[in-house]
Amino acid sequence: MTTQFAKSSRTGRSNWLGGIERLSWMLGILAILGFLYLPIAVLVAYSFNDSRSLTWPMSGLTLDWYQKLSQNDQLIQAFYNSVYVAVSATSLTLIIGIPAAIALDRFDFPGKGLFRKLILLPIALPGIITGISMLILFRSLGFNLSLQAVIVGHATALLSVVVTLVYARLQRLPASLAEASADLGASGLQTFFLITLPNIRTAVIGAGMLAFTLSFDEIPVTFFLTGRDNTLPMYIWSTLRRGLTPEINAIGTLIVAMSIVLIFASVLLLRDKTKSKNV
Amino acid sequence: MTKIIEIRGLTKTFGDVLGVDDISLDIEEGEFVTLLGPSGCGKSTLLRMIGGFEEPTRGHIALDGEDVTHVPPSKRAVNMVFQDYALFPHLSVGKNVGYGLRVSGVRRSEVISRAREALSLVGLEDRYDASPHMLSGGQRQRVALARAIVRRPRVLLLDEPLSALDANLREQMQIELKNLHTKVGLTFVLVTHDQTEALTMSDRVVVMREGKIVQIGTPQDLYENPQTGYVAGFVGSTNMFRSRVEVGASGPQISCFGQNLQAPAAASALGGRDTLFGFRPEKATLLRGDAQAQNTLRGHLSDVLYHGQSARLVMDLVSGQVVVDMPITDVIGTVGLPQVGSAIAISIEPHKIMILRDEAAS
Ligand SMILES: Nc1ncnc2c1ncn2[C@@H]1O[C@H](COP(=O)(O)OP(=O)(O)OP(=O)(O)O)[C@@H](O)[C@H]1O
Ligand SMILES: [Mg+2]
Repeated sequence: MTTQFAKSSRTGRSNWLGGIERLSWMLGILAILGFLYLPIAVLVAYSFNDSRSLTWPMSGLTLDWYQKLSQNDQLIQAFYNSVYVAVSATSLTLIIGIPAAIALDRFDFPGKGLFRKLILLPIALPGIITGISMLILFRSLGFNLSLQAVIVGHATALLSVVVTLVYARLQRLPASLAEASADLGASGLQTFFLITLPNIRTAVIGAGMLAFTLSFDEIPVTFFLTGRDNTLPMYIWSTLRRGLTPEINAIGTLIVAMSIVLIFASVLLLRDKTKSKNV
Repeated sequence: MTKIIEIRGLTKTFGDVLGVDDISLDIEEGEFVTLLGPSGCGKSTLLRMIGGFEEPTRGHIALDGEDVTHVPPSKRAVNMVFQDYALFPHLSVGKNVGYGLRVSGVRRSEVISRAREALSLVGLEDRYDASPHMLSGGQRQRVALARAIVRRPRVLLLDEPLSALDANLREQMQIELKNLHTKVGLTFVLVTHDQTEALTMSDRVVVMREGKIVQIGTPQDLYENPQTGYVAGFVGSTNMFRSRVEVGASGPQISCFGQNLQAPAAASALGGRDTLFGFRPEKATLLRGDAQAQNTLRGHLSDVLYHGQSARLVMDLVSGQVVVDMPITDVIGTVGLPQVGSAIAISIEPHKIMILRDEAAS
């Protein structure tokens, strides 16, 4: 009787301990998620706050800030500029970066190792250095500071990202696929579009999305190279000096929404129909 | 018979490594030729140069009388089956097979019908829409074959096409490959390091070593008359021994691990010289009871390796060992397998002893 009781109390105790353990795990995970998403949640919440002051609890809900946003021409122009820069810079890096990665992967040429290191090096360079050096170069070449200069600057900085990602994927693609394609009579371009590109598709999309995101919220390089034009992060940054406005919260919320759409789009695009292994 | 491939003085170096060393070779139209040799002897390099994937350092390749030494793979009427099959993972089986037609601008309907035709040639017509990763190894192999023959090339190159298959499937595919060769009537050039594969399938075998050709011949020719110790050892197994040739009144005499043997008549010309000889394990006969025979070797049985339809007897001689293969009925006879350790005798007819040349390399 006594032994039985002792036993059951012991199992009760270990259950209780297990519960604590599970609870602390749960709290830990919540803390991490909170750390990641709480700032965003706060941003989203305040974008609907009907008072200018950032006090909790919110006094009421409103869509005023969004309406104000839609009338702020400067902000809208900055947003368009950012999209324009990010799309152009991403396209430019992909157009240069993919062939560069293929050249690195497929051809042996003298100085290849050095070339590869030189391409990858800018990843480690702080944006401010890239920005200043580009500024000096553009000035000495007599180029005007403009959004186009920003695009070139971003493309240069992002090239290493694209080449790294695409090159890593190409390394896992058997060389025999391109050889088989050539053997079957395909030209170099046919091989690229019909065989190589479909097989590195996921890496190209991934690299493109990453490049887009990095370019979209880039400040240091933009700061040096943009003339009078403003990009969205630059605009936000400059208005912040006049204090945190709920309009900023609203534009932030819109960007979050856009990112979510992008993430879903990429998941859809990256879903591999063939589950392709290399056969 | 017309020559379809002419190779002259072909050499390929990789830095200091000599991949292929001054090879000349003619291949007849419709032939099944196998390049045989150990790993690293340059078989793939030679094949890849025929396909156009490697630029020769020196020498020439002509296809159908036309110099193609510097013609890119896409412009050669030669197709290749890759060792890893190199099927395009993102295309269906049918699209893989039709690829070569599609890129050369053949009409869509014709691409499909010819791809189906090629697939049915390898017995996979019902897998047209399957994805390559859904196929077994043997099926992938067949798709790769269909894809390579769909353009009706003049020559089909195959780089160890069966090496990724398990033993049973490999044997089956050997037969299928041979049948396909007869059916389509193309010239096949196959690379392998498996001598059984080479002997089973080929019209002619090219034995290579360290970038050079050491012997070319029909499978039977190579087996019966290997010219060097290297070929004798690589194609089938051979008992080899070295001996001085003494020419006496009864013809040339040699010594095999201390015992006297009558050498083939041709050995007379080598009188007094130290020469390499050999005989195939199945060419000797085991002497049972007190049977007497010419040209015998006497020794002790040191091991019996049972192979099912035959048994290999390992016999200790004074200064060496020889192996002898016997059909299992002979070995057992009426008295059963000889006991390990017992004294046995074998006889070998003089004309079954092969005179082998030393090659420079060994
Ligand atoms: N791309 C290359 N770069 C440097 N050396 C090479 C290259 N390709 C082949 N070699 C060398 O050339 C020699 C012949 O190689 P090859 O691939 O033709 O041999 P193989 O007979 O096909 O061997 P295996 O049976 O292993 O495939 C080897 O010594 C190899 O190391
Ligand atoms: Mg090889």
